[in-house]
Amino acid sequence: MSDKKIRVLVAKPGLDGHDRGAKVVARALRDAGMEVIYTGLRQTPEMIAEAALQEDVDVVGLSILSGAHMALAPRILDLLKGNGQTHVKVFLGGIIPDEDLPRLKEMGVTGVYGPGANTEDIINDIRGALAEKA
Amino acid sequence: MTLAASILAGDRLSLARLLTQVENDSPAGRAALMELFPHTGRAHLIGVTGAPGTGKSSLVNQLALHYRKQADKRVAVVAVDPSSPFTGGAVLGDRVRMRDLSGDPNVFIRSMASRGSLGGLAQATAGMVQVFDAAGFDVILIETVGAGQSEVDIARLAHTTLVVEAPGLGDDIQAIKAGILEIADILVINKADRPGVENTEKALKSTLELAHPTQRVFHHHGRYSYATVETPFDAKLWIPPIQKTVSTEGRGIPELVEAIARHAEHLRTSGDWAARERARLEVELEMLIQEALVARFREDVPPQQFRQVVDRMVQRDVSPWEAVQSLLNGRSK
Ligand code: B12
Ligand SMILES: Nc1nc2c(ncn2[C@@H]2O[C@H](COP(=O)(O)OP(=O)(O)OP(=O)(O)O)[C@@H](O)[C@H]2O)c(=O)[nH]1
Ligand SMILES: [Mg+2]
Repeated sequence: MSDKKIRVLVAKPGLDGHDRGAKVVARALRDAGMEVIYTGLRQTPEMIAEAALQEDVDVVGLSILSGAHMALAPRILDLLKGNGQTHVKVFLGGIIPDEDLPRLKEMGVTGVYGPGANTEDIINDIRGALAEKA
Repeated sequence: MTLAASILAGDRLSLARLLTQVENDSPAGRAALMELFPHTGRAHLIGVTGAPGTGKSSLVNQLALHYRKQADKRVAVVAVDPSSPFTGGAVLGDRVRMRDLSGDPNVFIRSMASRGSLGGLAQATAGMVQVFDAAGFDVILIETVGAGQSEVDIARLAHTTLVVEAPGLGDDIQAIKAGILEIADILVINKADRPGVENTEKALKSTLELAHPTQRVFHHHGRYSYATVETPFDAKLWIPPIQKTVSTEGRGIPELVEAIARHAEHLRTSGDWAARERARLEVELEMLIQEALVARFREDVPPQQFRQVVDRMVQRDVSPWEAVQSLLNGRSK
């Protein structure tokens, strides 16, 4: 069915309290017609994987501005796989140095976005990644 | 193994996936619901409704915690938030208040967007609740924002409906709609740590008294008094009790849970449980019949025939009612 809604979990793992970006992205995705489950701050990787499972999302969006992405992202990817959610696409935003990009991609992160990222691009990339899969 | 079978075996990923199918009203979802139906009818469905921000999600969090810790019940939550009428998208934020529940395999929280159509929401919610029921959840908490018809639909679905109020929301007598009493089995004044609780309580009490004229007990010689919440004069009559809670701290929760249990007991002893169950299934059946008939009609009547009849209506050739007759007759030919 073409009107199946895209469901996205937007989560902030770790202890970082910068939530503006996550909220901006959540609202942009809503305005693009997606259903966004927002979990709030200070989520452990386990909490995020559990929420992604219960909500049967298509996309997990992580917002990390603390610099802890190289520890958090692989842990969350592993947990998603362990739960059988191999189809879920992971997007990452925040303060991510360029030199980490190749390793993040290798781990299976679909898209990475930094300060000033255009939400239109994010929306198009999510749609593109899900269309590819279908 | 079918999706339904793996849910009965306790698989959470299958459960999550079926909830999506049911929400989208897909053929796979319908097939699974048929398979699961014999396993439903065991759970206690508790609706939690009220104005935005009154603390419904925080309350659901506390209730679920209580049922887990004090009663070892398996708890499912369906949390409904509105979809944007313009884009069809939604931000579902109820989980933010339910973080205490994570990490417990006997709790399952599912967020849901209202997706516009009201009948559709009621139907999808009913379907999702059936899935949780069949999956063996003992208590199913359904959170909805109090807004007109959806509120009424959810109240019809639930066995016990809590209407949540909070002080400081313009809580004079006028502001508390008499309508809530048509759906409330229990009135909750949450945020009882805030100033103005007494006013809210007073307003609720007077609304209650106005809405229950039948509870007036007439004595001899023309005197009359009101049946109080503590001593309903007729065991068959349930008078919504008022419970005060502080959901951020868990105060008043044991008392609220007790009131919920009393209500369930009342439903069982008065025969209302079975009556509500029957009424609910009746409504569901009617809804499905309407849908099936309309679908069959659409299949049978070619679009050009439909357009022709509309053309004739526009020209005032036939009245709408005649148009209905001619299309329905055309179908049976
Ligand atoms: C505003 C701000 C704050 C505010 C946060 C308010 C809030 N509630 O969000 C306050 C003042 C509280 C704050 C505090 C701190 N901050 Co500060 N803060 C910033 C600042 C200036 C802007 C961040 C922001 O809101 N941007 C606006 C939003 C819209 O952009 P964004 O978050 O980048 O999001 C975009 C993209 O990243 C992407 N995106 C983001 N999330 C997601 C998610 C998904 C799924 C997708 C697809 C895309 C995506 O899309 C968004 C739209 O373009 C940045 C510097 C900067 N230029 O980024 C520093 C910065 C992030 N802060 C920093 C630091 C160090 C701190 C403090 C530790 C400072 C201190 N010593 O106390 C504290 C920590 C607070 C905490 N508890 O975590 C550092 C982080 C350094 C690092 N990671 O190596 C930065 C980079 C400043 C710097 N150059 O040093 N901060
Ligand atoms: N002081 C006080 N604040 C509370 C209480 N319960 C909830 N809150 C706060 O009220 C705000 C709203 O709480 P929620 O639980 O999200 O309310 P809600 O009714 O689910 O909100 P919507 O789903 O948006 O309609 C939050 O900031 C809570 O922390 C309470 O008992 N006392
Ligand atoms: Mg809520």
